[in-house]
Amino acid sequence: MGANMGPLKDQTVANRASVHRGVSGGLFDPIFRNASFIAALLVLVLLAGIMISMIVGGWPAFREMGFGFLTSSVWDTQNDKYGAWPAIVGTLSTAVIALVIGLPLSLGIAVYLTQLAPPWLKQPVATTIELLAAVPSIIYGMWGLFVFVPLFATYVQQPVSRIVEGMPVVGTIFYAASPSGLGILSAGFILAFMIIPFIASITRDMLEQIPSVLRESAYGIGATTWEVVRYVLVPQAGISIIGAVMLGLGRALGETMAVTFVVGNANRLSASIMDPGSTIASRIANEFNEAIGLQLNALIALGCILFFVTFVVLVIARLLVARVKRY
Amino acid sequence: MSETVIPLLQPAPQPRVRRVRKARRVADRMMRIIAAGFTLMAVTVLFWILGMLIVKGVSGLSLATFTQTLPGPGTEGGGLANAIVGSIILTFLGIAIATPIGVLAGTYLAEYGGSSKLANLIRFINDILLSAPSILIGLFVYVILVEPFGGYSGWAGGVALGIIAIPVIVRTTEDMLRLVPASLREAGAALGAPPSIVITSITWRAAKAGMVTGILLALARIAGETAPLIFTALNNSFWFSPTLLGGVSNLPVTIYQFASAPYDNWQQLAWAGSLIITASILLISTVARRLVRGSK
Repeated sequence: MGANMGPLKDQTVANRASVHRGVSGGLFDPIFRNASFIAALLVLVLLAGIMISMIVGGWPAFREMGFGFLTSSVWDTQNDKYGAWPAIVGTLSTAVIALVIGLPLSLGIAVYLTQLAPPWLKQPVATTIELLAAVPSIIYGMWGLFVFVPLFATYVQQPVSRIVEGMPVVGTIFYAASPSGLGILSAGFILAFMIIPFIASITRDMLEQIPSVLRESAYGIGATTWEVVRYVLVPQAGISIIGAVMLGLGRALGETMAVTFVVGNANRLSASIMDPGSTIASRIANEFNEAIGLQLNALIALGCILFFVTFVVLVIARLLVARVKRY
Repeated sequence: MSETVIPLLQPAPQPRVRRVRKARRVADRMMRIIAAGFTLMAVTVLFWILGMLIVKGVSGLSLATFTQTLPGPGTEGGGLANAIVGSIILTFLGIAIATPIGVLAGTYLAEYGGSSKLANLIRFINDILLSAPSILIGLFVYVILVEPFGGYSGWAGGVALGIIAIPVIVRTTEDMLRLVPASLREAGAALGAPPSIVITSITWRAAKAGMVTGILLALARIAGETAPLIFTALNNSFWFSPTLLGGVSNLPVTIYQFASAPYDNWQQLAWAGSLIITASILLISTVARRLVRGSK
């Protein structure tokens, strides 16, 4: 924050200079100042508005279902009984799978870009990785549904199901009753590729900010590149890597279109990550346009849960990352 | 005595050292291969997606794609004309709403707010909005604009996209204004210009390229957004009303609805639409990146 002091101080100088001004300049100045102040306040109003509208919109469902809304697994539009549990579990499990797959990949990419890549390759590869973030969610959904899912069904789900069938625990978690390729695990894979650019670029920025003296001294006592990364760079960047992970988690929790395409949209809860499921976001996207009455409130109540979960995750993330250059 | 000890000790550590070295070298080699492999994997996914879009999308492109409206269920042919025009209108509506608000808010943070508590809070909340799930913003706009006013509308869609774009513009504007050297502002103030004049005719002008980049990035971000439009603008098979009331056709929701439809021409159009939208977004992002690099 020390860097902020410069412009701030200059500003007070400029403020003082504005004391002796003609009428027109004197009028434009406070208008401009207040307009920019109001615009900035609007950012706060937006977040508060989202929070309030979710609570108000979801309130009838919370009131009707009580605490059971969080824990019930029933989603019955005929009898107006709604429970969020399967969607909550689906949201958390897809996001966790995405992190388990995405984090090592992102770290590998960040290490490659900062330590290993030849200089001429650095920029193009970094740009390519960043463009992964520019591809819209729905395109990931198309790729997931038409390219990834069939391959996943043939080369992963079917062989794995054949191997693990009948085994205790593993046979439950990895067995696909109908190996269509759609499911929680597929959604986790697609999400992993979607969060890679965010985690990788923050980690890369962090690694680049570490003073090169540290790296050079480690190399100087004979450390290999791996040892430099493992014992010098990662501990140095530690906390902010966790922040980057939380940021990725925030993305994965609320991702909608790609997940809706590949998660299978099943309303019941399955013990197997190979089986279809649903997430909060996919449930809302799927049912919203046909929903009426209490179902609509239940969907907004789901949104309310998603808001508070992502809000907490993102607050932690931002506190840990503490103003990296980009997002 | 020492003569017997030394030959005994000397050969002992040597193989040990060599073994450790080999393990370290192998670990290092493995890490290099894994890191490069992971990078290759991510790059491959991008090119795989692009390749898929080109292979499946180009065959769906024709003159009719740009001149005819969305086909109804079971009808032959059709195009994306109304969806393309609708998408352009919604996206620019979003940018038109977000640009003044985002630029002014970013200006407040960089020029007036300093490191006051309020400014820091706004920065923090803005960063949270930056990564907030877009589906929640769609729900928010549904609750405040669609439900009370009795129906889906292009205005609601534009507002939803605008809300997604605002934090992007706030952030880049503030970052870019902070890069402007303080001496420029001092020079302006020394000439007797009030802060508003210093900002509008000196600071903004100096940071112009960066601020335009921020707006372009926001444009790229909202152009492909689907989730918020499902709750706000929805879609429309026909030319939408010029008042933008009622459903407004747009590419992302069309792709969502057509992609897994049982009609061949719908699927073809979904692929063509995906190609158009991805190509435009990647083009905008690349231009934005160029601008940043040019201004540095």
